[in-house]
Amino acid sequence: MNSFQLADLEEELLRCMKCGNCQAVCPLYRATRQEPLVARGKIRLAQAVLSGEIACTPKIARRFEECLTCLACMANCPSGVRYDRLIIAARAAAVKKRGLPRLLRYAAALLRRPRLFALTMRAAGKVQGLVFKRVPSGGQSPRFRLAADKERIFPRLAPRPYLDFAPEIISPSAGWRGLKVAFFPGCLANYVYPQTAQAAAELLASLGVAVLVPRPQQCCGMPVFTHGDVDLMRKAAIELVRLFSGVDCAALVTVCPTCGEAFLHYYPAVLTGALKEKALALAKKTMDVTDFLSKYNLGAPELWGPVPGKFTYHSPCHLDRGMGVYKQPLALIKGVPEAVFTPLREPAACCGGAGAFSFLSRELSALVLSPKVADIRQTGAQTVLTGCSACRMQLAEGLAKAGLAAEVLHTVEFLARARKRKAS
Amino acid sequence: MNVSQAVAGIIKALGKEKVLTDREDLLCYSYDATPDVPGALPEAVVMPENTAEVVQVIKIAGRYRVPVYPRGAGTNLSGGTVPVRGGIVLSLLKMDKILEIDADNLIAVVQPGVVNQALNDALAPYGVFYPPDPGSAATATMGGNVAECSGGLRGLKYGVTKDYVQGLEVVLADGAVVRLGGKTVKNVTGYDLVKLFVGSEGTLGVITEITVRLLPVPESRCSMLAVFADLEAAGNAVSDIIRHKVIPATLEILDKVTIRTVEDYLHIGLPVEAEAVLLVETDGVKETVAKEKEVLRSVLEKHGGQVKIAAGEQERDQLWAARRAALPALARLKPTTVLEDATVPRSQVTRMLAAIREIGQKYNVLIGNFGHAGDGNLHPTILTDARNEEEMERVHRAVEEIFEKALELGGTLSGEHGIGLAKKRFLPRQTGAEGLALMKRIKRALDPLNILNPGKFVDLEDEGEAGE
Repeated sequence: MNSFQLADLEEELLRCMKCGNCQAVCPLYRATRQEPLVARGKIRLAQAVLSGEIACTPKIARRFEECLTCLACMANCPSGVRYDRLIIAARAAAVKKRGLPRLLRYAAALLRRPRLFALTMRAAGKVQGLVFKRVPSGGQSPRFRLAADKERIFPRLAPRPYLDFAPEIISPSAGWRGLKVAFFPGCLANYVYPQTAQAAAELLASLGVAVLVPRPQQCCGMPVFTHGDVDLMRKAAIELVRLFSGVDCAALVTVCPTCGEAFLHYYPAVLTGALKEKALALAKKTMDVTDFLSKYNLGAPELWGPVPGKFTYHSPCHLDRGMGVYKQPLALIKGVPEAVFTPLREPAACCGGAGAFSFLSRELSALVLSPKVADIRQTGAQTVLTGCSACRMQLAEGLAKAGLAAEVLHTVEFLARARKRKAS
Repeated sequence: MNVSQAVAGIIKALGKEKVLTDREDLLCYSYDATPDVPGALPEAVVMPENTAEVVQVIKIAGRYRVPVYPRGAGTNLSGGTVPVRGGIVLSLLKMDKILEIDADNLIAVVQPGVVNQALNDALAPYGVFYPPDPGSAATATMGGNVAECSGGLRGLKYGVTKDYVQGLEVVLADGAVVRLGGKTVKNVTGYDLVKLFVGSEGTLGVITEITVRLLPVPESRCSMLAVFADLEAAGNAVSDIIRHKVIPATLEILDKVTIRTVEDYLHIGLPVEAEAVLLVETDGVKETVAKEKEVLRSVLEKHGGQVKIAAGEQERDQLWAARRAALPALARLKPTTVLEDATVPRSQVTRMLAAIREIGQKYNVLIGNFGHAGDGNLHPTILTDARNEEEMERVHRAVEEIFEKALELGGTLSGEHGIGLAKKRFLPRQTGAEGLALMKRIKRALDPLNILNPGKFVDLEDEGEAGE
């Protein structure tokens, strides 16, 4: 099961009994009601490609791209088909034949050279005004048509990435509990939302945990892996497993569930030999920041000061079904005094962001987003909390376009705020 | 037959975005949920959004003699939606509106693409429900439910789809639209044509609107699990429950193979040494439920069952987890899961259970047996691998013998899955030549060009079999 080649996954494809249960939960199927968009259809297409019944046409490649990888089908599959593996293998087959989708090719070129990537992002943070104009919601829209439509609203890149100013060791600001964690903020919390990374580090330090931020860090490789470039991701895996294996720590903490999944599930799967062993050891201690707080009893209500307001929580696919973390953030949020919490009707329904998906399949992404925005609207929440920066981008854009004033915050920023209120 | 002209005509009439013609997309409509039946590619998939568009498609298809296969969610287990003769798959999934909920008259009116569970979710606030609950309720459409006459776990007390369909709008093979039945409980105006279309498997017309009867949600319910050291004792308990004038809402059985497989999968503490367990639920007004609970307990114990009664909803869910997991757990064992639904009169359940066990041994195939013991509708589930030709041969012989046995015991080939493609070959054994000939006369009268779901159980191009 460690292969991401269709030929090695024939048995897994056969395990799909075509019952169609995936239709009940697939956001794209719910939006379009078309069989090629649901897991059952894609598994049939993958079988057709594998058997040579059909060539790996551009249309097939596009159909494989049209998946949110939200894992809802897998969670609902009576036969336990590992659709997460199958969709990556199917995309990998298409990539082998046709290359990555154009948009991702640029990203891949940069990922191949991590230092150039860092330089580019830093420069982009400075010159983004040439390409983007600010919009009232606080984000920005393209001044002209790029890879994205002019109507899209993006967050602004941070003037200074987190890793440019973060110390390598952040000492506990309260009594040390004898705990050390390694911290991997990931690209979005580095370049776009440094406040998330900063909040996580400060929160942990304020709870008596020492935070280590080893360098050089780089992209985890998941953006290209998810779209079928397994080899390029393996290069990132090798570097990052080497880096973090050298850190003496109780846990490897992430604030991005997709990065978290890379360490938790996929690095051990793509590596071999001694590196695989190291990856497995790292996987055992990889955890989302909210999971870490729960496991180490650092989430008791008396730790938090009041944060008044009306809140709701969007459960990110890759945190919820990907890392198995859904109760922890809720328990923490509900422990904060004066925060009035109203759950979404479907908290774990995908928001349609799904990383590059929102660029590659923009119309489908919008179709999936719209019920999510309606769900948020009915809660009357002023703040939407979530544990994923990609969801945050998507939700912020959806709320702004729908004219809702609600803001979107990473759970850890909310908790850091509650912690500060306690101190002051 | 000129498919390309028909498809061009449909694209012109409905618009390009409602028609799929790329091979990549057609492949995704070449199958349904049925194992062990060959798939087939259509030339186009058409997704109409209203009755008028269905009429246009049917008229164009008729003009060019092109087959049309109505399709819902494709969850049927009879091969009923496989486009065996090529042509047009008519996906009714975009007609998915609940048109009316009339709680005063206990009636709902829906389009065919409405999912069974979605209807019940919408009904919940009114305190009413639509009882038929096939295993695929979370995905299967009402149109498909009606066309296949779906059953479910509540058949024993509440009946099946045909007992709840009161009215239909149907597009006939010539494009005429007929409205049959209606909102009234009593209605004797000519032939009962509603019943003709329920279970017609898409061979007589395209169902475009459905009026169903609803029931008030029962105020109380009670579930229990009884463990048996003997399969026959469990079967006898089923008959004896009915004899004691209790009709449970559900009365399900799991055999030893199923129990062990579920326990391996869920680890919920099922008795792996048991030969069978029965799951029983009674519902209704509180007093009735309390009384029936005691009757059920004493009958189950009389037959040697060890009874555990669920205290509260949480324990109820735990008990039912085993039943819900039956098919999923079995399906994980082998790549191919052949799920049958031969049904016998409920007094014969014991003999059928024993017969299935013997047939499994005789042909050396692994059969997990579970199902709706209370209404005689068992689901012997053969676990196999379609790539193993030698084993498949034995599987086919075992299935045939299961059918023979069901008929011998006064039962039927199919309780709730339908005939479609999968059991087409066996149909004459049940209906006789005259019965099948009558069905073909009806088919010919309503669809003389044979364009509606051709090649299925009433196959006008396959005359030899009926002995005509």
